[in-house]
Amino acid sequence: MENLIALLVAAPLVGAALLLCGGKRLDRTGHWIGTLLAVASFAVGVALFADMLGRSADHRAMHQYLFSWIPVGGFRADVAFQLDQLSMTFVLLITGVGSLIHIYSIGYMEHDERRRRFFGYLNLFLAAMLLLVLADNYLLLYVGWEGVGLASYLLIGFWQHKPSAATAAKKAFLVNRVGDMGLSIAIMLMFTTFGTFAFGPVLAATGATSEGKLTAIGLMLLLAACGKSAQVPLQSWLGDAMEGPTPVSALIHAATMVTAGVYLITRSGAVFNAAPDAQLAVVVVGAVTLLYGAIVGCAKDDIKKALAGSTMSQIGYMVLAAGLGPIGYAFAIMHLVTHGFFKAGLFLGAGSVMHGMNDEVDMRKYGGLRKYMPVTFLTFGLGYLAIIGFPGLSGFFSKDKIIEAAFAKGGTEGWILGGAALLGAAVTAFYMTRVMLMTFFGEKRWDPKETHPHESPKIMTVPMIVLAVGSVFAGGLFSINESFVTWLEPVTSFAHGHSPVSATTVTASTIVVLLLGVGTAWLMYGRKPVPALAPRGSLLTRAARRDLLQDDFNDLVFVRGGTHLTTTLVQLDRSLVDGAVNGTAASMGGLSSLLRRLQTGFVRSYAVQMLGGAAVLVAATLLMRGV
Amino acid sequence: MSSVASVHSLWTVAAGAPGKIPGPHIEYAQLSPTLIVLGAAVIGVLIEAFVPRAARYYSQLLLSLVALAAAFAAVIGLAAGGFGSSKAHIAAMGAIAVDGPALFLQGTILLVSLIAVFTFAERRLDPAAHGKRVDSFAAEAAAVPGGAAEQAAVKAGFTTTEVFPILLFAVGGMLVFPAANDLLTLFVALEVFSLPLYILCALARRQRLLSQEAAVKYFLLGAFSSAFLLFGVALLYGYAGTVTYAGIAEVVSDGAKQIDPALAGTMGNDALLLIGGALVLMGLLFKVGAVPFHMWTPDVYQGAPTPVTGFMAAATKVAAFGALLRLLYVVLPGLRWDWRPVLWGVAILTMLGGAVVAITQTDIKRLLAYSSIAHAGFILAGVIATSEDGVSSVLFYLGAYSFVTLGAFAVVTLVRDAGGEATQLSKWAGLGRRSPLVAAVFAVFLLAFAGIPLTSGFAGKFAVFKAAAQSGAGWLVVVGVISSAIAAFFYIRVIVLMFFNEPKADGPTVAVPSPLTTTAIAIGVTATLVLGLAPQYFLDLAGQAGVFVR
Repeated sequence: MENLIALLVAAPLVGAALLLCGGKRLDRTGHWIGTLLAVASFAVGVALFADMLGRSADHRAMHQYLFSWIPVGGFRADVAFQLDQLSMTFVLLITGVGSLIHIYSIGYMEHDERRRRFFGYLNLFLAAMLLLVLADNYLLLYVGWEGVGLASYLLIGFWQHKPSAATAAKKAFLVNRVGDMGLSIAIMLMFTTFGTFAFGPVLAATGATSEGKLTAIGLMLLLAACGKSAQVPLQSWLGDAMEGPTPVSALIHAATMVTAGVYLITRSGAVFNAAPDAQLAVVVVGAVTLLYGAIVGCAKDDIKKALAGSTMSQIGYMVLAAGLGPIGYAFAIMHLVTHGFFKAGLFLGAGSVMHGMNDEVDMRKYGGLRKYMPVTFLTFGLGYLAIIGFPGLSGFFSKDKIIEAAFAKGGTEGWILGGAALLGAAVTAFYMTRVMLMTFFGEKRWDPKETHPHESPKIMTVPMIVLAVGSVFAGGLFSINESFVTWLEPVTSFAHGHSPVSATTVTASTIVVLLLGVGTAWLMYGRKPVPALAPRGSLLTRAARRDLLQDDFNDLVFVRGGTHLTTTLVQLDRSLVDGAVNGTAASMGGLSSLLRRLQTGFVRSYAVQMLGGAAVLVAATLLMRGV
Repeated sequence: MSSVASVHSLWTVAAGAPGKIPGPHIEYAQLSPTLIVLGAAVIGVLIEAFVPRAARYYSQLLLSLVALAAAFAAVIGLAAGGFGSSKAHIAAMGAIAVDGPALFLQGTILLVSLIAVFTFAERRLDPAAHGKRVDSFAAEAAAVPGGAAEQAAVKAGFTTTEVFPILLFAVGGMLVFPAANDLLTLFVALEVFSLPLYILCALARRQRLLSQEAAVKYFLLGAFSSAFLLFGVALLYGYAGTVTYAGIAEVVSDGAKQIDPALAGTMGNDALLLIGGALVLMGLLFKVGAVPFHMWTPDVYQGAPTPVTGFMAAATKVAAFGALLRLLYVVLPGLRWDWRPVLWGVAILTMLGGAVVAITQTDIKRLLAYSSIAHAGFILAGVIATSEDGVSSVLFYLGAYSFVTLGAFAVVTLVRDAGGEATQLSKWAGLGRRSPLVAAVFAVFLLAFAGIPLTSGFAGKFAVFKAAAQSGAGWLVVVGVISSAIAAFFYIRVIVLMFFNEPKADGPTVAVPSPLTTTAIAIGVTATLVLGLAPQYFLDLAGQAGVFVR
């Protein structure tokens, strides 16, 4: 069975190769090939899952060793896979949601002339993401990590004719580089500390390593997670990334790739467990981001950017949970999976709305769409109820557990983190209700002459329905007998937290803040008509519209500071380094011209040189004996 | 009348005395790779004589491919049968070794030749002459360039299908060369593969004068170096009283036991050994193109038809390094302290010389020629290691390098203008804009030449440098890395030229080849990437093949 693991990665990889190298002859069938291979990968995933369920909890992890890339001394870079419960969860999420989004894209990208390329990139993304979660060592994980970065870059800038898309792609790439640097430093530190990159030996050796080193590794891993998962302070790229086609936002920038940071932290749990300072940094980042994203989400009028703010905030919850240690890992992953369902569903719904509204993204120009797009309204509505944590739906179970775990951290920290998580829940209810009301309720704010809203074709609505079903039931299913926690426990370990407040109190307060958030939103956007032009707004609103001034800050500190630094360095480089380099190059060139003259083109001079060479060779050999 | 009778009596005496002159014992099965190729070459000559002209091309092509594939299968069969390891021994009355390195190199040579046949047979690149498709070879090689006979031959649509049997003869010689186990077989094999190469060099369809000049230069210098080699053989015979490798090695390590009365004055004289060894070494260094015996390389590489250049650059190097390894590891290991310092010097000169002079080249074929000189230096670094790792790293390097070289020269045949192949580097400016795929493929080959990771070039260079460093040749590795850095400059410069310079208005076009050349290039790229991404399997394979039979 373990020999099938490579097939998971191979199927989409073959798809990417076919579609990207196949040329025009695949234009008409390419999207079906891509979709088929994504579904094939999902099928393999399901088969492996069934096989895994059939074994006892301790024997579920599988390994597949492919080959080793130049082992030198202690350096071993293996291409080997590890499929345990954690990876399995991701595999099913990635291939399952991935397949649905492939299917959806067949309809969404129907009129795009570069559709084949789009599916090629989607396949490439799937392959890289699967490599990331299946790798059995950090170096191979890094390959996948860079691969998803590349796919994300290519897809954000897919409509490269739009300067905004090209810039957004570049921005995402550059910000991610900062995070990637963290990961590469972490890997180098691991090698110097443990002498290996493989998960098993590294994570087993954390007990016998100094806390200082582990803290350094942990902080570098956190930096990497911040970049990939758009956490403060590397969050600035996610909003702009919405320039990509909506299926991309759903798959990469909501359901899967942006959760890679959470995977990294959970996978490296042993490192963080042994480094409390790094763990503290993780929860701080999570708590700050969950509020930051929520506030930004409240002010955006662009439906995709509002959802992007929400993504950032929800991943903040996951990072917070992952930072709590064994009491939180399982819930972080559980929220990650439920979030994968409802956020992908919400994005696909947003795409469906845009599809029917001439690609308009400004919610102030929507209104009253529920009559025109009943299926979209219904599926989006279920996703909405799930994300705000409506009792009984997926988000309720996963988020509630995280809030409980945050309180259970204990002491003042517990109160602060729990409070932040609770506040975040209220704000989530507010901004999501706002999105819902502005889009589907109220008066029409669009021109009926130019816009003819209509429901999307079946190929788009069916994936939305499937995701909506997941958004409703997944959380409940995972919570029966704590099945999800039991499933993950062998990998992430699990401990019940001791909350200073009872679970019932937490649940009750969650429902109260939920109602508060919904009510406030209704007062502001439901009872009164929504102005078609955005009002000036308070200082906070204006700041939030500008993403809380993140770009202004980055520009002031990093861009200007960086420019200054480079000009200084360039001057130094010109005078010192270039002088030496150019000197060497010039002398080599001179030497080359000189030696070239020996090549006269006359056989006679060649023969003389050979004779001379032979004489020297003989003389040297004799001399060696003499010496 | 009486003389006839005496000859007759000699015959009858010989025939009438059974057991006195025993027939040599030949292991036909173990020599089958060579026999298949040489047999096919003979059939090829017969095809030229008896098959109608129209059918010759396809029958020759088929024959060559089948023969080379069959020979390759025979090599695999022998290796699988254990002749590379446990059953390795010396066959054909002590003349030919059947062991790991021999089989590995023969396999490589056969694969390389198979791909070379694809490029030889390419007929879509040159514009059709009078309605007939033509290849890179002269219409009638014996006609005076530009003369009336040549024009008549072109008009009649003649092609030189003799190139296929000639190629097979050369391959036959190359198969024996690294397996030769005595000095005379070595010399015969050298001539058997060199003479066909001289002819092939002279057969270019375009720029025939340049091609013929190259062939004459190659022939003269080749003959010159063969003379040195033969002189060295004579001296070694004088020293040891035998030409077999094992016999010489024994005298070197234990001294002469039975003095042959005819050689009483010379046997055991170390001066003969040292001078003879150096001269034989020189003959082999000439073939691999090491400084200072490299002068022929750029001129011949440039003048020869490009498919021939590719074949020569790849296969000759494999065969010659194979012979060099066997000579140094089997015959002269006892002299290690004498030849190692000398080869150190040669390797350093070769690496630096090739890399430095390549900087100022303006012709792509000459550039690749100097690059091949530099590579010869890198491989010498592995040879000097005198360890099993050294042998396996050299074997791996040779395999990796020959695919890159063949592929690169195959790409050169595609870039053309009105005068045939556009080999002037300046004409390649902006090629990446016009033909991104071809330029990208060539860039992969250049990166492999430069030894950039994830290509086979890196894995090979890493292996030889590692072996050299482990054997204590640290400084050699330092020089090697410096020359790699110098060499990277001119490889990257071509990439910059192709992708970042504006294309010229009257620049060359990229011809669309037939599946033959496409296959050759595709195999080259695949091998380059596979050996770069997952070299370990092949390194292990070369490692298992790294022991010489003595």
